Amino acid sequence: MAEDNKTNNSSEEGVDPTRRRFLKNTGIALGGVAGGSLLGGLLVGQSGKKEDSSSKESASEANYTEARMFFTRFEDFVILEQATERIYPEDDNGPGAIGLGVPYFIDKQLAGKWGVNAKDYRQGPFKESEPTADMSSLTRGELFILGLRKIDEESQKRFKETFAKIEAEQKDEILTDFADGNVDMKGIGSNKFFDLLRSATLEGAYSDPMYGGNRNMEGWKMKEFPGSVASYTDMIEEKEFIKMDPISLTDYQQKS
Amino acid sequence: MAEKLDKVDVVIVGSGWAGGTAAAELSKEGYDVVCLERGKDHSTKDFIGAKDELRYSRRREMFQDLSKETLTIRNELDEVATPHRSNETNSINGTDTGGSGVHWNGQIYRWLPTDFELRSKTIEKYGEDIIPKDMTMQDWGITYEEIEPYYDKFEETIGVSGEQDPLRPKMSRPFPNPPMKETATMALFKETTKEMGYHPYHMASANMSQQYENPDGETINACAYCAFCEQYGCDFGAKADPIVTVLSTARRHDNFELRNNSYVVRILHENGRATGVRYVDTQTGLEYDQPADLVVVGGYTFTNTRLLLLSEVGKPYDPVANTGVIGRNLTTHFANLTHLRVRGFFDDKKFNRYAGAGALGTTMDDFNVEQLDHTKHDFLHGFIIRSTQLGSRPINNNFVPEGIPTWGQEFKDKSLFYTNRNIDIQQQNGVLGWRYNYMDLDPTYKDVFGDPLLRVTAKIHDQDRNIVRYAHQKSKEILEKMGADHITVPEITDETEFDHTSLGDHTAGGVIMGSDPETSAVNNYSQLWDMENVFVLGASSFPHNSSSNPTNTVGALAYRATEGMIEYLKGDGGLLVEAKATKNV
Amino acid sequence: MANDNKTKNPSGDGVDPTRRKFLKNTGIALGGVAGGSLLGGLLVSQSENKNDSSSKDDKAQAPRTRGREFFARYEDFLVLAAATELIFPKDDNGPGAIDLDVPYFIDKQLAGTWGVNDDDYRQGPFDEKKVKEAADTANHARANRGQLFIDGLRSMNAESKKRFDVTFDEATEEEQGEIMTDLETGKLKMKTLPSDGFFELLKQATLQGAFSDPLYGGNKNMDGWRMKEFPGARASYADVIEEEDFVELEPVSLTDYQQNI
Repeated sequence: MAEDNKTNNSSEEGVDPTRRRFLKNTGIALGGVAGGSLLGGLLVGQSGKKEDSSSKESASEANYTEARMFFTRFEDFVILEQATERIYPEDDNGPGAIGLGVPYFIDKQLAGKWGVNAKDYRQGPFKESEPTADMSSLTRGELFILGLRKIDEESQKRFKETFAKIEAEQKDEILTDFADGNVDMKGIGSNKFFDLLRSATLEGAYSDPMYGGNRNMEGWKMKEFPGSVASYTDMIEEKEFIKMDPISLTDYQQKS
Repeated sequence: MAEKLDKVDVVIVGSGWAGGTAAAELSKEGYDVVCLERGKDHSTKDFIGAKDELRYSRRREMFQDLSKETLTIRNELDEVATPHRSNETNSINGTDTGGSGVHWNGQIYRWLPTDFELRSKTIEKYGEDIIPKDMTMQDWGITYEEIEPYYDKFEETIGVSGEQDPLRPKMSRPFPNPPMKETATMALFKETTKEMGYHPYHMASANMSQQYENPDGETINACAYCAFCEQYGCDFGAKADPIVTVLSTARRHDNFELRNNSYVVRILHENGRATGVRYVDTQTGLEYDQPADLVVVGGYTFTNTRLLLLSEVGKPYDPVANTGVIGRNLTTHFANLTHLRVRGFFDDKKFNRYAGAGALGTTMDDFNVEQLDHTKHDFLHGFIIRSTQLGSRPINNNFVPEGIPTWGQEFKDKSLFYTNRNIDIQQQNGVLGWRYNYMDLDPTYKDVFGDPLLRVTAKIHDQDRNIVRYAHQKSKEILEKMGADHITVPEITDETEFDHTSLGDHTAGGVIMGSDPETSAVNNYSQLWDMENVFVLGASSFPHNSSSNPTNTVGALAYRATEGMIEYLKGDGGLLVEAKATKNV
Repeated sequence: MANDNKTKNPSGDGVDPTRRKFLKNTGIALGGVAGGSLLGGLLVSQSENKNDSSSKDDKAQAPRTRGREFFARYEDFLVLAAATELIFPKDDNGPGAIDLDVPYFIDKQLAGTWGVNDDDYRQGPFDEKKVKEAADTANHARANRGQLFIDGLRSMNAESKKRFDVTFDEATEEEQGEIMTDLETGKLKMKTLPSDGFFELLKQATLQGAFSDPLYGGNKNMDGWRMKEFPGARASYADVIEEEDFVELEPVSLTDYQQNI
């Protein structure tokens, strides 16, 4: 953990001052493009549950799987967080996309075969007049980068502010324009990008937690879905609804 | 240079229900049989613990790798077709040992007596004028009475669990297993439709209601209703698939061999007779020629059609000149039309929708082709209606009533609320052949070996739209009676058209069956008119798609074809059926 | 050889006794068919299902990432686990490949772009002779890495059954070692490439799994790094760079680094 680090034992105090100090200490000039945007991104990042980090330590097995494999630019990831959270927000039912780890799920998917359309036919010529996600000459990974940056660009254009920092209603206004196909995007219709984003969000909320989303099976709990249950033979004819605790594939496939 | 292998009696292309059934029967008879499967080795061991919606339902693990080969699609003859690029929009066919027969649901129907003599019976009842221009409605060159024993045989092999449909011809004996269990939603559907004067019955299933040993000595376990069936291999060996039935039977014989990763690129032929096949081992890239006395093409509709076209076997269909046969009468249960569902949402009832099985449901024939008076409708053929409980998995089950947004706060709340409070009713209609719905080779796009892709040219007709609209109306009435508080009926406009999302998993035609070589490619033993030692099995032989699921008919015709092959191999060759010139179109 | 694709086993072999019990308990009559070794997992899951969920809250934060994404067939995975453990065994220094979750790391890698050689040039022709001569044999094979692993592991298992009448994971360490040595020296017959090429691939993947960031599913709890006294993803060594003595530092994962710094 960070607190054992001799050069930086103050990560618990909050992100910004620490990083500022670090950047100063190491002589990296503050301000300007790199410093500013990076700090901004880090400030609003919500996926890391910092309040958990001490309890992680005590847990017999900590979760080290929430770093990024695909998104090198943190800014892009923050837009992803905010957009997925608007699609699947936290409410009385339970956590939203961020709380479920959906952004990390999408990051892992884009780093994998799905992100490079490995199982798709990818020979040209591609038709520019059919800009659906699977018909695009761009991979899903490229489409996500383009789409998320376009979302931010719209936010900057309309509200002079990064997407992560605008109001919920303003975010929804932009996302609605994407969903309706009203935003000009390269390589794909904005509505098709939105469809891709939406379906990836739902996949992250409800797929087995081994893929990095559906954290702690909270998605399934909200959905009252029991996960990987071997047999329903004994209850299939029941007239009343039966609620069960979900079972993950890790539990199902393992001896332990 | 292809390495020439030792000659065998029979080489079979494909290890699914068509190829696998032939493999079992020919191996039992003692013939040396080699079955070539393009995909990898699959056994029941690969399906244990495979309850992974993302991998199997969303990323389509069991489906063909389109990066190697796909097909192209267009509507009009003067259009440049575009490739079907991703399984995510629409998955088409399976791969690996057992083919699509591994990840099917197991829904079993016989097709109707009228189906096999559709043209004659339609004309008999309504006169020829009722058939629209350019509809290529044909008889199959076989009758229901002739095919019935083979239905019976296939049903025994796969251990069908079910009951007699009250509106269909009495079966020569009951199904080998009793029906599956009945869920609350099935009971509600049954009760409601009975009150409405309909004739619901328990859908026949290739998921087992009890442990079963088939006549070949193969055991299929009892279904656990675990809800991971369609698009999955069975966790428990409790769904009849080729691996636990026909392929297992074939493998009991030393004269049978299944070769995986073996992608057949050509049927080899000389002087009008097939001499074998050429295939590529996809793991090494090496080419082999496998000589054989008899070639059985038992792949999916697209595989069969394309292989014949690439091999220049049979005369390619030309829709403009209206000549040739290979590629003719492409039909499908359109995914964006035929398989749309009407959905009811219940505010006060909650069901155990997460549990289920692939062929668990209630169905009825009250609107099927034989029950309707077509003078009163703007369509031909008919449809079944059913309500199934396959098990609702959470990524794919996010339905909300009309007017609710599809994302955001309200979507989340309502999609969670209705997860176990919605029931869908599915109709499935007969889809008929048309002159310009066909397949040929694409002039632009190639597969990984440099061969042209198969090109599908097709349009949806008013016939298709009208029948689905009517079926949806009937489905809606049932859901209203069932007490649904909100009902969603999919919108079908005159612009609803065939596209990359349209090909259903029930696609047929291309190498169709009949009694006249001018309009059919194979006779009723599935023997090619133009090359007597080539038999082509599978849904490619269907002149049209009936209103129910195709697998029972694939299996039945495969059993009949195998009888023909044995007769052919034992005799002096020649065509098993005399060709007849008919006024068939 | 064409015959290498031959698969003759009837599907009914190898029913695990535990699974047998499960199938009986849940009322699924047993035939010859439901083969395999899923076993205890099912029993545990079932009982867990019946117990109240409160006890589960203890491990609420434990990531459930040990489902298999690539290996559909459990026995392939067992061979993999045994082979990686032989390459990187548990000892006084700490955990071996299995306890570091190296098999799960490899499973995830094969399920990803690496398993299908996504970034590689994959156009033919593939020259068989070149495959044998190339220093990086595996990169010149027609089969992708996922296929190479399946071929390699099944060849090892088949060899174990032939020589010792048991699956590779059930063979003694000496027996396993004998097969591994043959694999390493190219003496084990494989279809897709010479076996020494596969051994190299397997060894590389094992070490990667032991020492890559735990984000990728191996290096469990960063214990691989601890054994190696590697501090992981640290922002700066400015304060220790001039130390004359070795400074042992607790490792920092990318997850912590990216979220907390």
